[in-house]
Amino acid sequence: MTTRREFLVLACGAASVTAATTARAQIDPNQQALRKAAMQEALRRVVGDSPVRRGRVKLELPPLIDNGNSVPLSVAVESPMTPSDHVKAIHVFTEKNPLPDVVSAYLGPRAGRARLSTRVRLADTQTVLAIAQLSDGSFWSDSAEVVVTLSACLEEGLI
Amino acid sequence: MTTGAARLFLALSAACLLLESAIAGEIPLPERRSGYEFMSRETRAMQDDDNGNPATLWVLDGEALWKRKAGAADRACSDCHGDARENMKAVAARYPAFDPALRRPVNLEQRINACRVGRQKAPALAYESKDLLALTAYVARQSRGLPVAIAIDERTRPFLEAGREAFFRRQGQLNLACAQCHDDHWSGKLAGSSITQAHPTGYPLYRLEWQGLGSLERRLRGCLVGIRAEPYAYGAPEFVDLELYLMWRANGMKIETPAVRP
Amino acid sequence: MARAIVNVPSQAKRGEIIEIKTLAAHPMETGFRRTQLGELIPRDIIRRFVCTYNGAEVFRVDLYPAVAANPLIAFNTTATETGTLSFQWVGDNGYSVTEIAPIRVE
Repeated sequence: MTTRREFLVLACGAASVTAATTARAQIDPNQQALRKAAMQEALRRVVGDSPVRRGRVKLELPPLIDNGNSVPLSVAVESPMTPSDHVKAIHVFTEKNPLPDVVSAYLGPRAGRARLSTRVRLADTQTVLAIAQLSDGSFWSDSAEVVVTLSACLEEGLI
Repeated sequence: MTTGAARLFLALSAACLLLESAIAGEIPLPERRSGYEFMSRETRAMQDDDNGNPATLWVLDGEALWKRKAGAADRACSDCHGDARENMKAVAARYPAFDPALRRPVNLEQRINACRVGRQKAPALAYESKDLLALTAYVARQSRGLPVAIAIDERTRPFLEAGREAFFRRQGQLNLACAQCHDDHWSGKLAGSSITQAHPTGYPLYRLEWQGLGSLERRLRGCLVGIRAEPYAYGAPEFVDLELYLMWRANGMKIETPAVRP
Repeated sequence: MARAIVNVPSQAKRGEIIEIKTLAAHPMETGFRRTQLGELIPRDIIRRFVCTYNGAEVFRVDLYPAVAANPLIAFNTTATETGTLSFQWVGDNGYSVTEIAPIRVE
């Protein structure tokens, strides 16, 4: 008689599935460290040596999502969006995806509102970072934690 | 074990199995809940907004295909069926339906192909092809909001029973029956995902796992592989019998095509 | 075949901030997936999305493999004058799609 734990392991076909019901990171620590470093590097490419302040940016992600393949993401930045005071760019980074860059939007005063909504892929439970570059050269940020539950057994290659 | 004891054991096991099936009957109509209710708020929002639902891309393709002439007969669906928005209303809600020529039920994909081959004199569209998915989604979309209405008569009853038998039969290396999850343990979790009641009210649908649109049979193949059973070929009679049972089991629920699911 | 859906209000008041919602049909193949036999499936994504308003760029997005398939991009722009909003998606393997939407501004 198959126990519940054995059933879960077999059903997902992945030897690395643990019986833990809370979401634990699926990426091994070495890989995680490399990817975190890659995100820092990507961040440096955008901001250089400038300080990044928390605030004015609102990054919205559902805290618990159905499937990491398609996660709704929204970034909004407080700004009057005038020619002298506006958001020039919005960048989104992740710390655990294979690549740190997610999406970069370039806008100007004609946008009226500094906002971007899209759907992204998230490889694991992680922190997502949004950076806004303002017309005065300053950088502002917000971050959000997302729990990506063990997604249903990937069908690719099975059928 | 002595022969006598073995026989008693077998008899008791058989009785238990039967009892199990009898207890786990169809979900009463007031308790039927769509997979929609098991999803997050955000995924529901994706389904509710036609402008944000990727499935709309396929529905628009289907609309174009509906009006396009095809085959040696150089006919479009619209040449015989007119405006789908009027004439395809409530069609998907009663499929799978009995086909007198084949003397068995067929699903909507097979019905569309029967028209393509028989009326348009065009080759059949492959299962899970973009075009067949688009046409099926477009036709089924015309039933959105209408209740599933599978009518069973003496012609279709044997096929319904075959489908029901398959739903309650343990199969695969994991020796699981559909009913064990979807009748007995819906609202529970399997590896972080919600177990739904398995009502196919939104097919073809956009599944986040697939990052694309797919049919009910594609989803069923996924289930069968999941319990380590041999999946039937697309269009197999076993599949259509099961689809007939699943739709009948969802009678009264609203069609949601094109739905979004995780 | 439907390559993209664009949702723009057909008319707006001068100075009004309008919302634009776009959806493009594209698998956004990441380049990290493998076939059943272990071969890497090559990357195939939309790389850039540009919105121009009577020829002037008003919004631009650089997309990476982390953007989900059939990407949704929603943003805002100010209704400045009557004319045409043009949307272009450009990506790998020569992918290029353009959609236009008229707008009347009072």
